[in-house]
Amino acid sequence: MIPVVELRGIVKRFPGVVANHNADLVLENGEVHALLGENGAGKTTLMSILAGIYRPDAGTILLDGGPVSFRTPGHAIEAGIGMVHQHFRLVQPFTVAENVLLGAERRFAASRSSTDQRVSELGESYGLKVDPSARVWQLSAGEQQRVGILKALFREARILILDEPTAVLTPQEATRLFETLRKMAEEGRTVVFISHKLDEVMAVADRISVLRGGEKIASVTRSETDKRALARLMVGHDVSSKTQRADSSAAGVCLEVRGLDALGDRGLQVLHGIDLEVRRGEVLGVAGVSGNGQRELTEVIAGIRRPSAGTVEMEGVDLTDVSPAQRIRSGLAYVPEDRLGMGLVGSMDCVSNVMLKLSGDRRFTRGPFVNSGAAEKLTHRLVDAFDVKTPSINAPVRLMSGGNIQKLLLARELSSEPKLLVASQPTAGLDVAAAQAVHDIILEERAKGVGILLISEDLDELLSLSDRILVMYEGNVMGTIDGDDAGREKIGLMMAGTHTDMEAAS
Amino acid sequence: MTPDLVLTIFIAGIAAGTTLVFAAVGEIITERSGVLNLGVEGMMLVGAVTGFLVNNQIGQPWIGAIAGVLAGAAMGLVHAVFVVGFKTNQVVTGLALVIFGNGLSGYLGTSVVGEPPPATFDPIALPLLSSIPVLGRILFNQDALVYAGYILVAGAWWFVFRTRPGLNLRSVGESPETADAVGISVVKTRYLAVMCGGGFAGLGGAYLSLAQAPSWVPNLTAGRGWIAIALVIFATWNPLRAALGGYLFGCVEALSFRLQAVGVDIPVFFVSMLPYLFTIAVLVVISRGNLTRRLAAPAALGNSFAREER
Repeated sequence: MIPVVELRGIVKRFPGVVANHNADLVLENGEVHALLGENGAGKTTLMSILAGIYRPDAGTILLDGGPVSFRTPGHAIEAGIGMVHQHFRLVQPFTVAENVLLGAERRFAASRSSTDQRVSELGESYGLKVDPSARVWQLSAGEQQRVGILKALFREARILILDEPTAVLTPQEATRLFETLRKMAEEGRTVVFISHKLDEVMAVADRISVLRGGEKIASVTRSETDKRALARLMVGHDVSSKTQRADSSAAGVCLEVRGLDALGDRGLQVLHGIDLEVRRGEVLGVAGVSGNGQRELTEVIAGIRRPSAGTVEMEGVDLTDVSPAQRIRSGLAYVPEDRLGMGLVGSMDCVSNVMLKLSGDRRFTRGPFVNSGAAEKLTHRLVDAFDVKTPSINAPVRLMSGGNIQKLLLARELSSEPKLLVASQPTAGLDVAAAQAVHDIILEERAKGVGILLISEDLDELLSLSDRILVMYEGNVMGTIDGDDAGREKIGLMMAGTHTDMEAAS
Repeated sequence: MTPDLVLTIFIAGIAAGTTLVFAAVGEIITERSGVLNLGVEGMMLVGAVTGFLVNNQIGQPWIGAIAGVLAGAAMGLVHAVFVVGFKTNQVVTGLALVIFGNGLSGYLGTSVVGEPPPATFDPIALPLLSSIPVLGRILFNQDALVYAGYILVAGAWWFVFRTRPGLNLRSVGESPETADAVGISVVKTRYLAVMCGGGFAGLGGAYLSLAQAPSWVPNLTAGRGWIAIALVIFATWNPLRAALGGYLFGCVEALSFRLQAVGVDIPVFFVSMLPYLFTIAVLVVISRGNLTRRLAAPAALGNSFAREER
């Protein structure tokens, strides 16, 4: 049988990086095919080439055995290829129906009612229920993903590509998505599903292709492999390291948040009476699907978003109305989720980035000038201590890898010996080794008695690092669970807004 | 103030507002595609002088107006080639076009400064409608281009909010990546939108030199292009609200004119400052508070688009 898609020797270069290097891939009709690899392995790039978004520098694409060349995404859509991007690519102010029909409808005048009906019929036939007249920005990430899938189905995609589809879903939602994917495959469509999570790949895929360093390493059938073998293929060596968390020595309250309300960027209330407590030497994990108020919570604690009600106390000092600088002096360290946007300045070098937080410190100034000798000495010390790999401490930080950027950011934040560390998605987008290093740093701080508030969308990370896990849903605290007995399933239910009786253990 | 004076202010206000309405509605279409065009003032000037020159040659104001549209669209094409094609900075390019338009129109118009045009747009009373008390005299006893303005506003609103091409246009301005991924050509859409906006700016300029104050002097528009850009924000990118704002500004302009005529004891400079002070006041009011207004801006406004950028 001729494979539905065959990619041969695909090469794609971006300035400074080779994203794909002679990548091959064969997709069969009616299969769920997982594309597995670490962050930066070139999975998304390869699929973007198939979807016509990028043009390959070399290599051929065969569709049903015949070579094709997509000059625009429109050509790929016509050929029956649909991609659901990680960030969905939806127009936020438009309605669901408008998004689904965008570009696929040829009539000049638009009629709202008939469009809405067509979209809701399509949704029902696939068990992908969404309100066609709702505005996309009002939808949860899971619902937005359904819109993305409907978009592809509406265009009669026979090859459906999903980029990291479970990143924004609760475990239960993910299971439901997998059922939908299986159903589509049974109808004869080909489903490609990009992931770096071994569990879900083993749960849903018929065949698995592993990408490493932009190249395909192997294609295997699920029944002939196991997680260990896949992990070895993905990383290139045996993975054994498992984070070991020492027993908690938590004592005394470090951060106390009471009755916190806050408005989001759109002026709507996104935090509703948040109560939480972080003790010294404790990691409090915050679980939740992204966009449920986690970012706003960290911003209020860091002092860059004003709460509309409630108090924030650190070590008994009321910080509610205090400037970010004052908070830093009181012992707050903040690692924002957007490392190069809010954490570090990409075009500045390591030294300047380290100095950003110390510009008022007399040890590093000489009159109005920066004492560059002292600044460089400190930077050298931090870079060595945190094992930041950089060609030079005078090179712009954006040239460094994500892991090294994150290590530098942590180094700077921890150099002031804080009492509280607020870390938002500290390992998002990092490879296994760098994520491990970040985990080690967090646990070291915990051992020193620092209180840590860890926000993450990766449940495994939270389960392995946290002493307690707090679950947020739509700006509310759904409950707090002990890190050790925290069942995944229970957290998943709470992430979806279901109250459980397990509210004790705090 | 006598009722008669008030009525003449409104009549002149609608005419004075028409220029602004043309330019603002054009800018709305441009900005809805995600391109900021600060060159409106320059495009209006080139449209005004072209319309005036053509009318001077052949004595046909309609052909003059069409020439104004084409000249404005040509300026729009220049803007599009730079900001869409070469991805230059939209603010800088727009400002350059103001200076360019100012100089070019001054040069082209040297020979006709102060000359009276052979023919102009004159008021036409619309049957029935013009006999409505008060409103009929204000709205339906105007020249043909004012009526064209009414149709344009309604048509632009319908196009932007109720048609597929309008939906495509808005998607390009909100999220060009999304539009691109569903096969809408971001480049083509933006070229057309910028040229369309330039054409309307040219028409707004031609209206000045052919109907509102039929004559040519250098810098005839006197900042109206900037007022039009402010109006777009005031109108939250909605053509209907732009019309409302445009005619309101027109009335303020007419008021300042009449106040001078009836000899109100305020220095003339202060009176002629009124529309501009009003513009500043409106911008301040809008940028304070009212988050929804600020969020109505097309999300990709001012950003160039390259498919393969990461």
